[in-house]
Amino acid sequence: MSAEAESHRGLFIKVWLWLLGLTLVEVILAYIQFDLVVMLTLLMGLSIVKAGMIMAYFMHLKFDRPVLSWTVGVPLVACILIMIGYFFPDSLRIVDFGFAGWQ
Amino acid sequence: MSDSHSAGTAVEAGWGGGASPFAVGHKKLGMWLFIVSDALTFSALIITYSYVRAANEWPTPFDFYPAIIFSSLMTLVLLSSSLTMVFAVDAAHRGDRSATAKWTWATALGGVIFIVLHVNEWIHLIHDGVTPLSNPWGTPLFGGTFFTLTGLHMTHVAIGVVYLGIIAIGFKRGKYDAEDVEVSGLYWHFVDLVWMFIFPLVYLMSTKIS
Repeated sequence: MSAEAESHRGLFIKVWLWLLGLTLVEVILAYIQFDLVVMLTLLMGLSIVKAGMIMAYFMHLKFDRPVLSWTVGVPLVACILIMIGYFFPDSLRIVDFGFAGWQ
Repeated sequence: MSDSHSAGTAVEAGWGGGASPFAVGHKKLGMWLFIVSDALTFSALIITYSYVRAANEWPTPFDFYPAIIFSSLMTLVLLSSSLTMVFAVDAAHRGDRSATAKWTWATALGGVIFIVLHVNEWIHLIHDGVTPLSNPWGTPLFGGTFFTLTGLHMTHVAIGVVYLGIIAIGFKRGKYDAEDVEVSGLYWHFVDLVWMFIFPLVYLMSTKIS
């Protein structure tokens, strides 16, 4: 029992180190400065990986029944995709109108 | 009885009422449902921010030093406080009340350090002339979206610090059980998780181009 707890703690430290490492990569990306779209894609990709690690290990979802992951994950992802799908075409359309810097 | 048959019966029994199909307590399930709704609140704000950012000339006011270094330090503090929180939950499940209180207080301390660093960052920006309605760099919405997004997050951290304090004291006195510690941990990890999106979008994407 206590040995099991010990091994879990090692796992959590490993996850924490991974999260720090990925954050360091993000900061280095900001230092180097890539093209906007490349930056956004890389940063969001890394953030989704980090969020997944936090939910799976720190928030225990990996060790709970899969049905809990599905229950919280599906509506969340669906609603976010709907929001993105509704709003981004519009904001990019405003750019095409040439309103940028209108103030 | 074959394995597949017994598994089928287990699923049926799980969802037929009188059982806990998620195999978690009601408090934990409740916190998860709250987290889903709160995550959508933050998603809406982040998408609003991205919307106005895509539609405007957006300022990139954050110098790599000090702003980005300091916000990276804030990220380090928050990630580390998540680690101490898992240790607190671990200790709570082992029934070690004083270790649980110690790790929970360490987590709350991480939250306090985060708030101090972030308020310092806010003060710098306010001194530079950033308000919710105007700023020296052109796009007025920069201030409004920045303060709303980071302000709501900071409010969550502040609430988390109080929540963890109550749990630490109450658990040590035997008022709460391990599940209560775990549920407060879920909230704390969620606050950490939200920062994993705010940090790159608000700070790293707005690093001053030298």
